[in-house]
Amino acid sequence: MMIEGKIFKVSGPLVIAEGMRQANMFDVVRVGEKRLIGEIIEMHGDRASIQVYEETAGIGRGDVVVSTGAPLSVELGPGLITNIYDGIQRPLEAMRLKAGSNITKGIDEPALDRDRVWHFEAVAQKGNLVGPGDVLGYVQETDVIRHKIMVPPKVSGAVLELRSGNFKVTDQIGRLRLENGESMPLTLMQKWPVRVARPYAQKLPPVEPMITGQRVIDALFPIAKGGTACVPGPFGSGKTVVQHQLAKWSDVDLVVYIGCGERGNEMTDVLREFPELRDPRTGKSLMERTVLIANTSDMPVAAREASIYTGITIAEYYRDMGYSVAVIADSTSRWAEALREMSGRLEEMPGEEGYPAYLTSRLAQFYERAGKVVCLGADGRQGALSAIGAVSPQGGDISEPVTQATLRIVKVFWGLDSSLAYRRHFPAINWLNSYSLYRDRLAPWFAEHVSKDWMELTGRCMKLLQVEAELEEIVKLVGVDALSAEDRLTLEVARSLREDFMQQNAFEEDDSYTQLDKQYALMSLVFDFYEQARRAVADGADVQKVTDLPIRERIGRAKAVPYAECEREYAAIRRAIGEQLNALVAAAQAEV
Amino acid sequence: MIKEYKTIEEVAGPLMLVRQVDGVKYDELGEIELPNGEVRRCRVLEVNGRNVLVQLFESSAGINLAESKVRFTGHGVELAVSPDMLGRVFNGMGEPIDGGARLIPEKSLDINGTPINPAARYYPSEFIQTGVSTIDGLNTLVRGQKLPIFSGSGLPHADLAAQIARQAKVRGTDSKFAVVFAAVGITFEEADFFISDFKKTGAIDRTVLFVNLASDPAIERISTPRMALTAAEYLAFECDMHVLVIITDITNYAEALREVSAARKEVPGRRGYPGYLYTDLATMYERAGRKMGSEGSITMIPILTMPEDDKTHPIPDLTGYITEGQIILSREMYHKGYLPPVDVLPSLSRLKDKGIGAGKTREDHAGTMNQLFSSYARGREAKELMVVLGEAALSPMDRLYARFADAFEAEYINQGFYENRTIEETLDLGWRLLSMLPKSEMKRIKPEMIEKYWPKD
Repeated sequence: MMIEGKIFKVSGPLVIAEGMRQANMFDVVRVGEKRLIGEIIEMHGDRASIQVYEETAGIGRGDVVVSTGAPLSVELGPGLITNIYDGIQRPLEAMRLKAGSNITKGIDEPALDRDRVWHFEAVAQKGNLVGPGDVLGYVQETDVIRHKIMVPPKVSGAVLELRSGNFKVTDQIGRLRLENGESMPLTLMQKWPVRVARPYAQKLPPVEPMITGQRVIDALFPIAKGGTACVPGPFGSGKTVVQHQLAKWSDVDLVVYIGCGERGNEMTDVLREFPELRDPRTGKSLMERTVLIANTSDMPVAAREASIYTGITIAEYYRDMGYSVAVIADSTSRWAEALREMSGRLEEMPGEEGYPAYLTSRLAQFYERAGKVVCLGADGRQGALSAIGAVSPQGGDISEPVTQATLRIVKVFWGLDSSLAYRRHFPAINWLNSYSLYRDRLAPWFAEHVSKDWMELTGRCMKLLQVEAELEEIVKLVGVDALSAEDRLTLEVARSLREDFMQQNAFEEDDSYTQLDKQYALMSLVFDFYEQARRAVADGADVQKVTDLPIRERIGRAKAVPYAECEREYAAIRRAIGEQLNALVAAAQAEV
Repeated sequence: MIKEYKTIEEVAGPLMLVRQVDGVKYDELGEIELPNGEVRRCRVLEVNGRNVLVQLFESSAGINLAESKVRFTGHGVELAVSPDMLGRVFNGMGEPIDGGARLIPEKSLDINGTPINPAARYYPSEFIQTGVSTIDGLNTLVRGQKLPIFSGSGLPHADLAAQIARQAKVRGTDSKFAVVFAAVGITFEEADFFISDFKKTGAIDRTVLFVNLASDPAIERISTPRMALTAAEYLAFECDMHVLVIITDITNYAEALREVSAARKEVPGRRGYPGYLYTDLATMYERAGRKMGSEGSITMIPILTMPEDDKTHPIPDLTGYITEGQIILSREMYHKGYLPPVDVLPSLSRLKDKGIGAGKTREDHAGTMNQLFSSYARGREAKELMVVLGEAALSPMDRLYARFADAFEAEYINQGFYENRTIEETLDLGWRLLSMLPKSEMKRIKPEMIEKYWPKD
């Protein structure tokens, strides 16, 4: 039965319709002549409050509202990767071809291309008993992603028929006989409501790091595969660059990048740049492992609220195939603002700073969808979903509600600092207040795969930076001359650690991504110099002369040495450190 | 047939409630006819059953509940556009006020525009030479960028904006260029400064002006920038021109928005500004850019005055989150007499990286830019330390940096409003200043570049 109502009230993206008693909460409705897409978010007797995902100008009282009877869902199947969608999974490229370069109202385009033909290779046999998550077959979606066609959750039965061959996403590839005896057609595509987390068999604690190639992150504040992190920072502190770097270089199988209420040009940048970049692991184009969700700040605000869920549902779908997926959301503050705007229009009692009282629980629900899991399906495969959210605190003040609510949930905090950004220290992650709760849990992995003393070395980095901060306090009060020779050396080495190791230029080819062993070697280099210089100073060398040694410039350039030449160059630097310091010591002793 | 209603129920501040209406749409434009025949405009903010809440664009003085008539036009607020707009002056509602002939419109466009599909944008990457070192060298502007000027009361932001409008060009091209200027609640003197500057340089013939002065109705300010942007979109995307849009002052715009929001008794966000201020500003700023199917571009320079020079105030803060960087003016530099008084360190252009380098500016640009930034930052730190502890407490290297910072401010930043430097002059000046420091400090510049460009004498 079709449920049809009439509009009673319009206030921005909120529409109230009468005659909707039969409709379900969270059903998708089509509003007005242009059939704008909306969702029921409240019911009061006969009246349904609807948030509309498109601009509502031109809608008035008496316009028709039709319920589709289904919740807001995404289409899951081959063809998601390399695509760019808006917040409710409409394909932006297809919309551009259809409607031109601006987004007009009421465009209806299926998310998955209905005409594209995929080659499906069946693995399940006729007569097999299959359950949720069992693999029916494969489609090679891109060069790097082999798309598993799975039995949808909550479905089990016997395979009546299944064929390999070339199919469109809506073609029938086979049939299942369900337990109740009915026959169910199988297609390459399934649908899933975005506000419901996709099920899995079991959640596991994360134990493997997500390698990002960003030195300050991997070495000091690592994130685990299946972990959660947030990047708060005022504008201009490089949040977006950090997010882009993670999307480019993280060693995951798939990245879902959600541009939520951010700049249009940033999404364009990703769209134009990623196809040109090579994934360091596979050598293929980065776009082959990327799904983009773009709901830019000028697009309707309600769809911004949905975009986060659309993105994470797509990510969960690939996680269910056993892949390691990263969801990167820029920025969750804009999502929270969308929530606040709808809440205000619903005339709800506001919590802090006008945000709705349920802000924290909604944020928690989002981040809890991350994790390392045993997927559904008989093969017991494991998948991981890592979630990284940018936060844009107003005025850079992280005591505001969105940042604080986020910090209570996520395990890694990369706090960006505008004073670092002004000095062009990028990534501007403040080492004094950032943290990662995964550090200890990931220690065994680093010990096994990089070096036994990885934890010790990175621990020394943290300590050195802490000591530096304390010494800086003294210098500010009484000047650098008041420090002992050893302390002055410590300050110099800390500066070297900051400039030569932690600073990383995202726009320079050999510096943008750093392999773990190179990170380790680079850190060692800084500490080698520290150790030897300390001995030299103890043996009588002048601190000023030590800090002025020409080798220090070469250490400064070591990070940009191409990976292939690293080993040779670093060995040469190490030799030169010894020679130059020895010469200083010899000269100093000769003077005496 | 258009119905007329005499059912105005309430008028309060900029809002008016009309009852017993039918078929009115959200965001529709309405007209109020006063008993004396005067017609004013309004816009539908909310449809609630048969009641309609409208926002007036002009003052409510003279509206009579019993006698005034309201009719709705069936469309949103529109601007009549035509290529003949160039050289003309309009009021904040898009009506000509220069005494010239009425415009014969080519078409009427909804002033709210529609969002640009991100898949249809071109990433801005064409270098615009503004002739200002602090912008070209350090915070490079590119075509299609939105780069605001964050200023404070009493700082010469108007001079800087006029200098950019006067000097900006894309080198090696001879494309059609236009300026759209929106005065939003500024004083007559300030508006007059721009207009006479445009006249003096002859730029007025390729300029469209929308003027809402401080004495004009505040509510009109909500539509003024949108009028200007609609004109800019028409010129850029339908007439293939490269348009520079200058909007001054966004702070006045946000205050008008706050007025309406407060009148509606909405739950306020920070400092009484509505929670949707970000989204509202974004729907304006995001109209800048380049898109497929058109040769033209919109480059936007909004100007805003930061209350109390506070960058964390909601207006500059939210603007900074949307725009692609910001040029911040500094009272300290201004007091030192350095013009334009750009505060270099917190200023930023996010799109510079793709607009500079070999083939665009010069191969050494990126390296020297980063080096100048970090050296100046270190110099400033040294100087701060010097204030506390005296020069003797600094290490010799820090003393050198402090001297570098002074020279950088006096020569690089301080160029005046009438000097037009080419990018080569700017880059060479940068090298000359950097050569005050030892070569070994040039960690951000590639050795080949140092080899090639280090001043030889």
